Amino acid sequence: MSVPSFKAVADHALLVEYATEISDEVNRTVIALDHAIAEAQINGVQEVVPALVNLLALFDPTQTTHREVEAAIRALLPVVPADDAKADHHVLDICYDEGMSPDLEAVAKARGMSQEAIIKAHVSARYRVGMYGFAPGYAYLSGVPDAIQVPRKTTPVRDIPAGSVMIAGPQCLATTIIMPTGWSIIGHTPAKIMTGDPARPFLFDVGDTVSFNRIRREAL
Amino acid sequence: MSSAQLRVVHAGPLVTIQDAGRFGHMRFGVSASGPMDRSSFAIANAALGLTEAKTGIEVSLGGLVLECRQGAVSFAVAGGGFSVDCAGVKSSSWTVQTLFEGQKLIIRGGAWGSWTYLVFSGRQIARTWLGSTATQSMSGFGGGALRSGQDIEIEDAHVRDDRIGDIPCPAFAQPDGTAHVVVGPQDQHFLPISVEAFLSTPYKLTDAFDRMGVRLSGPKLELSEALSIPSEPILRGSVQVSGDGVPTVLLADHQTTGGYPKIATVISSDLDRLSQMRAQDRIKFTAVTAEQAVEIVRSEADARRTYINELAKPRPSLNERLLRENLIGGVVSGNDD
Repeated sequence: MSVPSFKAVADHALLVEYATEISDEVNRTVIALDHAIAEAQINGVQEVVPALVNLLALFDPTQTTHREVEAAIRALLPVVPADDAKADHHVLDICYDEGMSPDLEAVAKARGMSQEAIIKAHVSARYRVGMYGFAPGYAYLSGVPDAIQVPRKTTPVRDIPAGSVMIAGPQCLATTIIMPTGWSIIGHTPAKIMTGDPARPFLFDVGDTVSFNRIRREAL
Repeated sequence: MSSAQLRVVHAGPLVTIQDAGRFGHMRFGVSASGPMDRSSFAIANAALGLTEAKTGIEVSLGGLVLECRQGAVSFAVAGGGFSVDCAGVKSSSWTVQTLFEGQKLIIRGGAWGSWTYLVFSGRQIARTWLGSTATQSMSGFGGGALRSGQDIEIEDAHVRDDRIGDIPCPAFAQPDGTAHVVVGPQDQHFLPISVEAFLSTPYKLTDAFDRMGVRLSGPKLELSEALSIPSEPILRGSVQVSGDGVPTVLLADHQTTGGYPKIATVISSDLDRLSQMRAQDRIKFTAVTAEQAVEIVRSEADARRTYINELAKPRPSLNERLLRENLIGGVVSGNDD
Protein backbone atom coordinates (compact mmCIF):
# COMPACT_ATOMS: atom_id res chain seq x y z
CA MET A 1 0.00 0.00 0.00
CA SER A 2 1.23 3.45 -0.88
CA VAL A 3 2.34 6.06 1.64
CA PRO A 4 -0.61 8.08 2.98
CA SER A 5 -0.96 11.83 2.63
CA PHE A 6 -0.98 14.05 5.74
CA LYS A 7 -3.08 17.15 6.10
CA ALA A 8 -3.24 19.54 9.06
CA VAL A 9 -6.79 20.14 10.33
CA ALA A 10 -7.26 23.28 12.49
CA ASP A 11 -4.84 23.51 15.43
CA HIS A 12 -5.42 20.07 16.89
CA ALA A 13 -5.84 17.32 14.31
CA LEU A 14 -4.11 15.55 11.46
CA LEU A 15 -5.93 13.78 8.61
CA VAL A 16 -4.03 10.74 7.34
CA GLU A 17 -5.45 9.58 4.01
CA TYR A 18 -4.61 6.46 1.99
CA ALA A 19 -6.90 6.88 -1.01
CA THR A 20 -9.87 8.82 -2.33
CA GLU A 21 -11.72 5.69 -3.50
CA ILE A 22 -13.19 3.14 -1.10
CA SER A 23 -11.81 -0.40 -1.20
CA ASP A 24 -11.41 -3.28 1.25
CA GLU A 25 -7.64 -3.08 1.00
CA VAL A 26 -7.60 0.64 1.81
CA ASN A 27 -9.96 0.24 4.78
CA ARG A 28 -7.94 -2.66 6.18
CA THR A 29 -4.79 -0.53 5.90
CA VAL A 30 -6.48 2.35 7.78
CA ILE A 31 -7.49 -0.13 10.50
CA ALA A 32 -3.91 -1.43 10.75
CA LEU A 33 -2.59 2.11 11.14
CA ASP A 34 -5.26 2.83 13.80
CA HIS A 35 -4.00 -0.20 15.76
CA ALA A 36 -0.37 0.85 15.31
CA ILE A 37 -1.07 4.40 16.59
CA ALA A 38 -2.94 3.03 19.62
CA GLU A 39 0.01 0.79 20.43
CA ALA A 40 2.61 3.53 19.93
CA GLN A 41 0.98 5.87 22.49
CA ILE A 42 2.18 9.00 20.70
CA ASN A 43 2.79 12.00 22.97
CA GLY A 44 -0.20 14.38 23.00
CA VAL A 45 -2.48 12.23 20.82
CA GLN A 46 -5.85 12.06 22.55
CA GLU A 47 -8.10 10.21 20.16
CA VAL A 48 -8.01 8.54 16.74
CA VAL A 49 -11.09 8.29 14.51
CA PRO A 50 -10.71 5.66 11.77
CA ALA A 51 -12.91 5.90 8.66
CA LEU A 52 -13.13 4.15 5.29
CA VAL A 53 -10.11 5.64 3.50
CA ASN A 54 -8.50 7.84 6.15
CA LEU A 55 -8.21 8.47 9.85
CA LEU A 56 -8.12 11.58 11.98
CA ALA A 57 -5.66 11.86 14.86
CA LEU A 58 -6.72 14.46 17.44
CA PHE A 59 -4.07 15.90 19.72
CA ASP A 60 -3.60 18.47 22.47
CA PRO A 61 -2.00 21.50 20.77
CA THR A 62 -0.50 22.67 24.05
CA GLN A 63 1.47 19.39 24.21
CA THR A 64 2.50 18.73 20.61
CA THR A 65 2.18 19.96 17.01
CA HIS A 66 1.05 18.65 13.60
CA ARG A 67 4.68 18.20 12.62
CA GLU A 68 5.57 16.08 15.67
CA VAL A 69 2.47 13.90 15.36
CA GLU A 70 3.11 13.42 11.63
CA ALA A 71 6.71 12.37 12.29
CA ALA A 72 5.57 9.89 14.96
CA ILE A 73 2.98 8.36 12.60
CA ARG A 74 5.40 8.23 9.66
CA ALA A 75 7.75 6.23 11.89
CA LEU A 76 5.06 3.50 12.08
CA LEU A 77 4.87 3.09 8.28
CA PRO A 78 4.42 1.00 6.29
CA VAL A 79 1.68 -1.04 7.95
CA VAL A 80 0.38 -4.37 6.72
CA PRO A 81 -3.39 -4.30 6.06
CA ALA A 82 -5.34 -5.80 8.98
CA ASP A 83 -6.31 -9.44 8.54
CA ASP A 84 -10.08 -10.03 8.78
CA ALA A 85 -9.38 -13.56 10.02
CA LYS A 86 -7.65 -12.16 13.12
CA ALA A 87 -10.44 -9.71 13.99
CA ASP A 88 -13.20 -10.44 16.51
CA HIS A 89 -16.29 -11.93 14.88
CA HIS A 90 -19.87 -11.21 15.93
CA VAL A 91 -23.07 -13.01 14.91
CA LEU A 92 -26.23 -10.89 15.02
CA ASP A 93 -29.71 -12.40 15.03
CA ILE A 94 -31.91 -10.92 12.32
CA CYS A 95 -35.61 -11.25 11.56
CA TYR A 96 -36.70 -10.64 7.95
CA ASP A 97 -40.38 -11.43 8.62
CA GLU A 98 -43.20 -9.25 7.38
CA GLY A 99 -43.54 -6.08 9.44
CA MET A 100 -39.81 -6.17 10.22
CA SER A 101 -38.64 -5.58 6.66
CA PRO A 102 -40.65 -2.72 5.11
CA ASP A 103 -38.34 -2.28 2.08
CA LEU A 104 -37.61 -5.92 1.29
CA GLU A 105 -40.23 -6.06 -1.45
CA ALA A 106 -38.90 -2.88 -3.13
CA VAL A 107 -35.31 -4.17 -3.00
CA ALA A 108 -36.41 -7.49 -4.52
CA LYS A 109 -38.28 -5.67 -7.27
CA ALA A 110 -35.35 -3.33 -7.99
CA ARG A 111 -32.95 -6.26 -8.33
CA GLY A 112 -35.38 -8.58 -10.17
CA MET A 113 -35.03 -11.23 -7.48
CA SER A 114 -37.39 -12.96 -5.08
CA GLN A 115 -37.51 -11.73 -1.48
CA GLU A 116 -36.16 -15.09 -0.33
CA ALA A 117 -33.18 -14.72 -2.70
CA ILE A 118 -32.41 -11.26 -1.28
CA ILE A 119 -32.60 -12.66 2.28
CA LYS A 120 -30.39 -15.60 1.35
CA ALA A 121 -27.73 -13.32 -0.15
CA HIS A 122 -27.82 -10.92 2.80
CA VAL A 123 -27.69 -13.60 5.49
CA SER A 124 -24.88 -15.52 3.76
CA ALA A 125 -22.49 -12.58 3.43
CA ARG A 126 -19.68 -11.72 5.81
CA TYR A 127 -19.31 -8.06 6.74
CA ARG A 128 -16.56 -5.88 8.20
CA VAL A 129 -17.00 -2.84 10.44
CA GLY A 130 -15.42 -0.19 8.19
CA MET A 131 -16.16 2.74 10.50
CA TYR A 132 -18.72 4.27 12.86
CA GLY A 133 -20.41 7.56 11.99
CA PHE A 134 -23.60 9.60 11.67
CA ALA A 135 -25.00 8.77 15.13
CA PRO A 136 -23.85 6.98 18.31
CA GLY A 137 -23.20 3.31 17.61
CA TYR A 138 -23.93 3.51 13.86
CA ALA A 139 -21.41 0.96 12.56
CA TYR A 140 -20.97 0.90 8.78
CA LEU A 141 -20.69 -2.75 7.75
CA SER A 142 -19.13 -3.22 4.33
CA GLY A 143 -19.72 -6.35 2.29
CA VAL A 144 -23.28 -6.21 0.92
CA PRO A 145 -23.19 -8.61 -2.09
CA ASP A 146 -23.24 -6.86 -5.50
CA ALA A 147 -26.43 -8.68 -6.52
CA ILE A 148 -28.57 -7.05 -3.81
CA GLN A 149 -27.03 -3.55 -3.72
CA VAL A 150 -29.49 -0.67 -4.10
CA PRO A 151 -28.87 3.09 -4.00
CA ARG A 152 -30.09 5.34 -1.21
CA LYS A 153 -33.69 6.51 -1.52
CA THR A 154 -34.12 10.04 -2.83
CA THR A 155 -36.21 11.09 0.19
CA PRO A 156 -35.39 10.03 3.74
CA VAL A 157 -38.08 8.37 5.88
CA ARG A 158 -38.56 9.68 9.42
CA ASP A 159 -38.54 7.91 12.78
CA ILE A 160 -36.98 4.58 11.88
CA PRO A 161 -36.96 2.40 15.03
CA ALA A 162 -33.73 1.25 16.70
CA GLY A 163 -32.67 -2.24 15.64
CA SER A 164 -33.55 -1.70 11.97
CA VAL A 165 -31.12 -3.46 9.63
CA MET A 166 -30.76 -1.48 6.45
CA ILE A 167 -28.66 -1.36 3.31
CA ALA A 168 -27.41 1.25 0.82
CA GLY A 169 -24.80 0.51 -1.84
CA PRO A 170 -22.13 -1.82 -0.41
CA GLN A 171 -22.94 -0.83 3.21
CA CYS A 172 -25.22 -2.40 5.81
CA LEU A 173 -26.08 -0.84 9.18
CA ALA A 174 -28.08 -1.78 12.29
CA THR A 175 -29.58 1.33 13.89
CA THR A 176 -29.25 2.14 17.59
CA ILE A 177 -31.61 5.08 18.06
CA ILE A 178 -34.72 6.45 16.37
CA MET A 179 -33.52 8.41 13.32
CA PRO A 180 -34.54 9.34 9.80
CA THR A 181 -32.92 7.33 6.99
CA GLY A 182 -32.77 7.03 3.23
CA TRP A 183 -31.52 3.45 3.41
CA SER A 184 -33.65 0.37 2.65
CA ILE A 185 -34.80 -1.51 5.75
CA ILE A 186 -34.72 -5.26 5.14
CA GLY A 187 -34.80 -6.69 8.66
CA HIS A 188 -34.70 -6.19 12.42
CA THR A 189 -32.06 -7.26 14.94
CA PRO A 190 -32.57 -7.57 18.70
CA ALA A 191 -28.76 -7.25 19.16
CA LYS A 192 -27.61 -4.39 21.35
CA ILE A 193 -24.75 -2.58 19.60
CA MET A 194 -24.77 -0.10 22.49
CA THR A 195 -24.30 -2.74 25.13
CA GLY A 196 -24.93 -0.77 28.31
CA ASP A 197 -21.73 -2.35 29.68
CA PRO A 198 -19.38 0.45 30.82
CA ALA A 199 -16.35 -1.81 30.26
CA ARG A 200 -17.26 -2.31 26.59
CA PRO A 201 -20.03 0.14 25.67
CA PHE A 202 -20.03 -0.66 21.94
CA LEU A 203 -20.31 -4.22 20.63
CA PHE A 204 -17.85 -3.86 17.73
CA ASP A 205 -14.42 -2.39 17.29
CA VAL A 206 -13.66 -0.94 13.89
CA GLY A 207 -12.22 -3.81 11.83
CA ASP A 208 -14.32 -6.55 13.50
CA THR A 209 -16.26 -8.92 11.25
CA VAL A 210 -20.01 -9.55 11.43
CA SER A 211 -22.45 -12.10 10.08
CA PHE A 212 -26.20 -12.58 10.53
CA ASN A 213 -28.26 -15.47 11.85
CA ARG A 214 -31.86 -15.63 10.62
CA ILE A 215 -34.54 -15.92 13.30
CA ARG A 216 -38.33 -15.86 13.11
CA ARG A 217 -40.57 -13.33 14.77
CA GLU A 218 -41.45 -15.80 17.55
CA ALA A 219 -37.78 -15.83 18.63
CA LEU A 220 -37.55 -12.04 19.00
CA MET B 1 -25.23 16.89 54.45
CA SER B 2 -27.65 19.50 53.17
CA SER B 3 -29.38 19.30 49.85
CA ALA B 4 -31.44 21.71 47.79
CA GLN B 5 -34.38 20.98 45.56
CA LEU B 6 -35.24 23.22 42.62
CA ARG B 7 -38.28 23.05 40.36
CA VAL B 8 -38.08 23.98 36.70
CA VAL B 9 -40.91 26.51 36.31
CA HIS B 10 -40.00 27.22 32.69
CA ALA B 11 -37.26 25.96 30.37
CA GLY B 12 -36.94 27.22 26.81
CA PRO B 13 -35.88 24.93 23.98
CA LEU B 14 -32.22 23.76 24.01
CA VAL B 15 -31.77 24.23 27.76
CA THR B 16 -29.69 21.18 28.63
CA ILE B 17 -27.57 19.59 31.31
CA GLN B 18 -23.87 19.62 30.38
CA ASP B 19 -20.51 18.82 31.90
CA ALA B 20 -17.09 19.45 30.33
CA GLY B 21 -17.81 16.84 27.66
CA ARG B 22 -17.69 13.15 26.78
CA PHE B 23 -14.29 12.47 25.30
CA GLY B 24 -12.72 9.49 23.59
CA HIS B 25 -15.76 7.96 21.86
CA MET B 26 -15.64 9.63 18.45
CA ARG B 27 -14.49 6.34 16.93
CA PHE B 28 -17.91 4.93 18.00
CA GLY B 29 -19.89 7.77 16.45
CA VAL B 30 -20.10 9.87 19.62
CA SER B 31 -18.90 13.49 19.52
CA ALA B 32 -17.84 15.18 22.76
CA SER B 33 -20.93 17.41 23.32
CA GLY B 34 -20.44 19.55 26.46
CA PRO B 35 -20.89 23.33 26.56
CA MET B 36 -21.17 25.30 23.32
CA ASP B 37 -19.02 27.97 25.03
CA ARG B 38 -16.49 25.96 27.00
CA SER B 39 -14.65 28.95 28.48
CA SER B 40 -17.76 30.53 29.99
CA PHE B 41 -18.72 27.17 31.50
CA ALA B 42 -15.22 26.89 33.01
CA ILE B 43 -15.59 30.44 34.36
CA ALA B 44 -18.91 29.64 36.07
CA ASN B 45 -17.21 26.68 37.76
CA ALA B 46 -14.12 28.68 38.69
CA ALA B 47 -16.28 31.40 40.25
CA LEU B 48 -17.36 28.76 42.78
CA GLY B 49 -13.74 27.72 43.37
CA LEU B 50 -13.74 24.73 41.02
CA THR B 51 -10.90 24.30 38.54
CA GLU B 52 -12.36 21.00 37.28
CA ALA B 53 -15.67 21.71 35.55
CA LYS B 54 -18.58 19.62 36.78
CA THR B 55 -22.25 19.31 35.90
CA GLY B 56 -24.25 22.46 35.24
CA ILE B 57 -26.98 23.82 32.99
CA GLU B 58 -26.57 25.40 29.55
CA VAL B 59 -29.27 28.05 29.15
CA SER B 60 -30.30 29.06 25.63
CA LEU B 61 -32.01 32.30 24.57
CA GLY B 62 -35.23 30.46 25.44
CA GLY B 63 -34.41 31.20 29.10
CA LEU B 64 -34.88 29.34 32.37
CA VAL B 65 -36.96 29.92 35.50
CA LEU B 66 -36.23 27.89 38.64
CA GLU B 67 -37.91 27.94 42.03
CA CYS B 68 -36.13 26.76 45.14
CA ARG B 69 -38.52 24.32 46.83
CA GLN B 70 -36.23 23.28 49.64
CA GLY B 71 -32.85 24.26 51.09
CA ALA B 72 -30.52 26.98 49.89
CA VAL B 73 -27.67 26.95 47.41
CA SER B 74 -25.19 29.40 45.94
CA PHE B 75 -24.81 29.44 42.16
CA ALA B 76 -22.67 31.06 39.50
CA VAL B 77 -23.85 32.28 36.10
CA ALA B 78 -21.39 33.08 33.30
CA GLY B 79 -21.63 33.50 29.53
CA GLY B 80 -23.15 35.99 27.10
CA GLY B 81 -25.02 39.15 28.01
CA PHE B 82 -28.05 37.51 29.63
CA SER B 83 -30.14 39.00 32.43
CA VAL B 84 -30.48 37.38 35.83
CA ASP B 85 -33.21 38.03 38.37
CA CYS B 86 -32.64 36.27 41.70
CA ALA B 87 -35.54 36.87 44.11
CA GLY B 88 -36.10 40.27 42.53
CA VAL B 89 -32.43 41.31 42.55
CA LYS B 90 -31.42 42.00 38.96
CA SER B 91 -27.91 41.51 37.60
CA SER B 92 -25.98 40.56 34.49
CA SER B 93 -25.14 36.97 33.61
CA TRP B 94 -21.72 37.27 35.29
CA THR B 95 -22.62 36.78 38.92
CA VAL B 96 -22.50 34.57 41.99
CA GLN B 97 -25.55 34.65 44.27
CA THR B 98 -27.55 32.45 46.63
CA LEU B 99 -31.06 31.12 46.08
CA PHE B 100 -33.08 30.44 49.24
CA GLU B 101 -36.21 28.35 49.79
CA GLY B 102 -39.25 29.92 48.16
CA GLN B 103 -37.21 32.20 45.89
CA LYS B 104 -37.18 32.28 42.11
CA LEU B 105 -34.22 32.53 39.74
CA ILE B 106 -35.05 33.90 36.28
CA ILE B 107 -32.46 33.81 33.47
CA ARG B 108 -33.35 35.48 30.19
CA GLY B 109 -31.54 36.43 26.98
CA GLY B 110 -30.08 39.93 26.92
CA ALA B 111 -27.99 42.27 24.80
CA TRP B 112 -25.63 39.67 23.35
CA GLY B 113 -24.73 35.99 23.35
CA SER B 114 -26.61 32.77 22.71
CA TRP B 115 -25.72 30.67 25.76
CA THR B 116 -25.16 31.18 29.46
CA TYR B 117 -24.12 28.67 32.12
CA LEU B 118 -25.60 28.00 35.55
CA VAL B 119 -23.52 25.99 38.00
CA PHE B 120 -24.43 25.24 41.62
CA SER B 121 -22.19 25.01 44.68
CA GLY B 122 -22.95 21.36 45.28
CA ARG B 123 -23.48 18.24 43.22
CA GLN B 124 -26.25 18.49 40.64
CA ILE B 125 -27.76 15.03 40.21
CA ALA B 126 -28.02 14.05 36.54
CA ARG B 127 -28.18 10.96 34.36
CA THR B 128 -24.81 9.90 32.96
CA TRP B 129 -24.01 8.15 29.71
CA LEU B 130 -20.52 6.82 28.99
CA GLY B 131 -19.32 8.48 32.18
CA SER B 132 -20.56 11.99 31.35
CA THR B 133 -23.71 14.01 32.09
CA ALA B 134 -23.31 16.07 28.88
CA THR B 135 -26.50 15.96 26.81
CA GLN B 136 -26.09 14.62 23.29
CA SER B 137 -28.93 16.35 21.48
CA MET B 138 -29.37 13.84 18.64
CA SER B 139 -30.04 10.90 20.98
CA GLY B 140 -31.04 12.75 24.16
CA PHE B 141 -28.53 10.61 26.08
CA GLY B 142 -26.78 12.08 29.11
CA GLY B 143 -28.40 14.54 31.51
CA GLY B 144 -31.01 15.58 28.94
CA ALA B 145 -33.00 18.70 28.13
CA LEU B 146 -34.81 20.43 31.01
CA ARG B 147 -38.62 20.39 30.97
CA SER B 148 -41.08 22.53 32.88
CA GLY B 149 -42.26 20.80 36.04
CA GLN B 150 -39.10 18.74 36.46
CA ASP B 151 -37.19 18.81 39.77
CA ILE B 152 -33.44 19.29 40.11
CA GLU B 153 -31.66 17.84 43.11
CA ILE B 154 -28.45 19.45 44.40
CA GLU B 155 -26.62 17.26 46.88
CA ASP B 156 -24.08 18.68 49.30
CA ALA B 157 -25.50 22.16 48.63
CA HIS B 158 -23.54 25.06 50.08
CA VAL B 159 -24.15 28.73 50.72
CA ARG B 160 -20.89 30.43 49.78
CA ASP B 161 -20.90 33.98 51.13
CA ASP B 162 -17.18 34.15 50.29
CA ARG B 163 -18.02 33.82 46.58
CA ILE B 164 -20.94 36.23 46.22
CA GLY B 165 -20.52 39.11 43.78
CA ASP B 166 -19.88 40.01 40.16
CA ILE B 167 -17.61 37.98 37.90
CA PRO B 168 -15.44 40.09 35.55
CA CYS B 169 -16.36 39.20 31.94
CA PRO B 170 -13.02 38.68 30.18
CA ALA B 171 -12.42 39.84 26.60
CA PHE B 172 -11.86 36.25 25.44
CA ALA B 173 -15.47 35.40 26.27
CA GLN B 174 -16.89 38.14 24.02
CA PRO B 175 -17.50 37.56 20.29
CA ASP B 176 -15.69 40.01 18.01
CA GLY B 177 -17.09 38.93 14.63
CA THR B 178 -13.94 37.13 13.52
CA ALA B 179 -12.62 33.58 13.55
CA HIS B 180 -9.31 32.08 12.49
CA VAL B 181 -9.43 29.08 10.20
CA VAL B 182 -6.92 26.67 8.79
CA VAL B 183 -7.90 26.10 5.15
CA GLY B 184 -8.86 22.52 4.23
CA PRO B 185 -8.71 19.59 4.48
CA GLN B 186 -10.67 19.49 1.17
CA ASP B 187 -10.01 22.97 -0.21
CA GLN B 188 -8.56 21.37 -3.35
CA HIS B 189 -12.09 20.45 -4.44
CA PHE B 190 -13.23 24.08 -4.56
CA LEU B 191 -12.68 26.66 -7.26
CA PRO B 192 -9.86 28.99 -6.14
CA ILE B 193 -12.30 31.87 -6.40
CA SER B 194 -14.57 30.13 -3.84
CA VAL B 195 -11.77 29.78 -1.30
CA GLU B 196 -10.95 33.45 -1.85
CA ALA B 197 -14.60 34.47 -1.45
CA PHE B 198 -14.89 32.48 1.78
CA LEU B 199 -11.90 34.34 3.24
CA SER B 200 -12.63 37.82 1.93
CA THR B 201 -16.40 38.23 2.35
CA PRO B 202 -18.08 38.29 5.76
CA TYR B 203 -20.75 35.58 6.17
CA LYS B 204 -23.92 35.87 8.20
CA LEU B 205 -25.03 33.31 10.74
CA THR B 206 -28.55 32.07 9.98
CA ASP B 207 -31.24 30.86 12.38
CA ALA B 208 -30.48 27.28 11.30
CA PHE B 209 -28.39 27.22 14.48
CA ASP B 210 -28.44 24.48 17.09
CA ARG B 211 -25.97 22.41 19.09
CA MET B 212 -25.00 20.44 15.98
CA GLY B 213 -23.96 23.44 13.91
CA VAL B 214 -24.83 26.76 12.32
CA ARG B 215 -25.55 27.39 8.65
CA LEU B 216 -24.04 30.52 7.17
CA SER B 217 -25.28 32.75 4.38
CA GLY B 218 -23.02 34.52 1.92
CA PRO B 219 -21.31 33.78 -1.37
CA LYS B 220 -22.02 30.26 -2.67
CA LEU B 221 -18.91 28.07 -2.59
CA GLU B 222 -18.61 26.16 -5.82
CA LEU B 223 -16.83 22.87 -6.23
CA SER B 224 -14.43 22.50 -9.14
CA GLU B 225 -16.23 19.28 -10.16
CA ALA B 226 -19.19 17.17 -9.20
CA LEU B 227 -17.93 15.24 -6.25
CA SER B 228 -18.63 12.22 -4.14
CA ILE B 229 -16.02 11.84 -1.41
CA PRO B 230 -16.08 8.89 1.01
CA SER B 231 -17.47 9.74 4.46
CA GLU B 232 -14.58 10.85 6.65
CA PRO B 233 -14.06 12.02 10.22
CA ILE B 234 -15.17 15.57 11.02
CA LEU B 235 -14.53 17.91 13.91
CA ARG B 236 -16.11 20.61 15.98
CA GLY B 237 -15.16 23.64 13.86
CA SER B 238 -15.26 21.90 10.46
CA VAL B 239 -16.78 24.17 7.80
CA GLN B 240 -18.54 21.70 5.53
CA VAL B 241 -20.14 22.75 2.29
CA SER B 242 -23.25 20.95 1.10
CA GLY B 243 -24.14 20.37 -2.55
CA ASP B 244 -25.95 23.72 -2.79
CA GLY B 245 -22.71 25.59 -1.97
CA VAL B 246 -23.81 26.63 1.54
CA PRO B 247 -21.26 26.36 4.38
CA THR B 248 -22.15 25.03 7.85
CA VAL B 249 -19.85 25.32 10.88
CA LEU B 250 -20.11 22.15 12.96
CA LEU B 251 -20.45 22.64 16.71
CA ALA B 252 -20.63 20.68 20.01
CA ASP B 253 -22.99 17.85 18.94
CA HIS B 254 -21.60 17.44 15.40
CA GLN B 255 -21.80 14.15 13.57
CA THR B 256 -18.50 12.28 13.71
CA THR B 257 -18.26 11.57 9.98
CA GLY B 258 -19.60 13.23 6.87
CA GLY B 259 -19.28 13.07 3.12
CA TYR B 260 -19.38 16.80 2.36
CA PRO B 261 -16.07 18.53 1.56
CA LYS B 262 -14.63 20.81 4.24
CA ILE B 263 -13.30 24.09 2.89
CA ALA B 264 -11.74 25.11 6.22
CA THR B 265 -11.70 24.37 9.95
CA VAL B 266 -12.18 26.99 12.70
CA ILE B 267 -9.39 26.79 15.29
CA SER B 268 -10.46 25.52 18.70
CA SER B 269 -9.84 28.72 20.69
CA ASP B 270 -12.22 30.74 18.46
CA LEU B 271 -15.18 28.35 18.64
CA ASP B 272 -16.52 29.57 21.99
CA ARG B 273 -16.84 33.14 20.71
CA LEU B 274 -18.34 31.94 17.43
CA SER B 275 -20.92 29.86 19.34
CA GLN B 276 -21.97 32.97 21.30
CA MET B 277 -22.88 34.84 18.11
CA ARG B 278 -26.48 35.12 16.96
CA ALA B 279 -28.43 34.70 13.73
CA GLN B 280 -27.82 37.71 11.44
CA ASP B 281 -24.45 38.47 13.08
CA ARG B 282 -21.60 38.80 10.60
CA ILE B 283 -18.45 36.76 10.82
CA LYS B 284 -15.21 37.25 8.91
CA PHE B 285 -12.92 34.24 8.54
CA THR B 286 -9.15 34.78 8.47
CA ALA B 287 -6.78 32.08 7.26
CA VAL B 288 -3.75 31.14 9.33
CA THR B 289 -1.23 28.34 8.83
CA ALA B 290 -1.38 25.26 11.05
CA GLU B 291 1.76 26.50 12.85
CA GLN B 292 0.18 29.91 13.51
CA ALA B 293 -2.99 28.18 14.71
CA VAL B 294 -1.02 26.25 17.33
CA GLU B 295 0.69 29.48 18.47
CA ILE B 296 -2.63 31.32 18.80
CA VAL B 297 -4.27 28.45 20.69
CA ARG B 298 -1.32 28.16 23.08
CA SER B 299 -1.29 31.84 23.93
CA GLU B 300 -5.10 31.87 24.38
CA ALA B 301 -4.83 28.80 26.62
CA ASP B 302 -2.29 30.65 28.80
CA ALA B 303 -4.55 33.70 29.10
CA ARG B 304 -7.54 31.54 30.02
CA ARG B 305 -5.62 29.49 32.54
CA THR B 306 -4.33 32.64 34.27
CA TYR B 307 -7.83 34.10 34.46
CA ILE B 308 -9.43 30.84 35.67
CA ASN B 309 -6.78 30.19 38.32
CA GLU B 310 -7.09 33.73 39.64
CA LEU B 311 -10.90 33.47 39.76
CA ALA B 312 -10.86 30.06 41.46
CA LYS B 313 -8.44 31.09 44.22
CA PRO B 314 -9.76 30.63 47.74
CA ARG B 315 -11.24 33.84 49.04
CA PRO B 316 -11.42 35.07 52.59
CA SER B 317 -14.89 34.75 54.05
CA LEU B 318 -17.17 37.75 54.17
CA ASN B 319 -16.43 38.22 57.89
CA GLU B 320 -12.71 38.14 57.27
CA ARG B 321 -13.06 40.62 54.43
CA LEU B 322 -15.16 42.99 56.55
CA LEU B 323 -12.67 42.68 59.35
CA ARG B 324 -9.78 43.44 57.01
CA GLU B 325 -11.58 46.43 55.52
CA ASN B 326 -12.26 47.73 59.02
CA LEU B 327 -8.61 47.40 59.92
CA ILE B 328 -7.51 49.11 56.74
CA GLY B 329 -10.02 51.86 57.45
CA GLY B 330 -8.41 52.38 60.84
CA VAL B 331 -11.55 51.44 62.75
CA VAL B 332 -10.33 49.17 65.52
CA SER B 333 -11.94 47.74 68.55
CA GLY B 334 -11.76 49.82 71.70
CA ASN B 335 -10.38 46.77 73.53
CA ASP B 336 -6.95 47.55 72.13
CA ASP B 337 -6.56 50.54 74.42
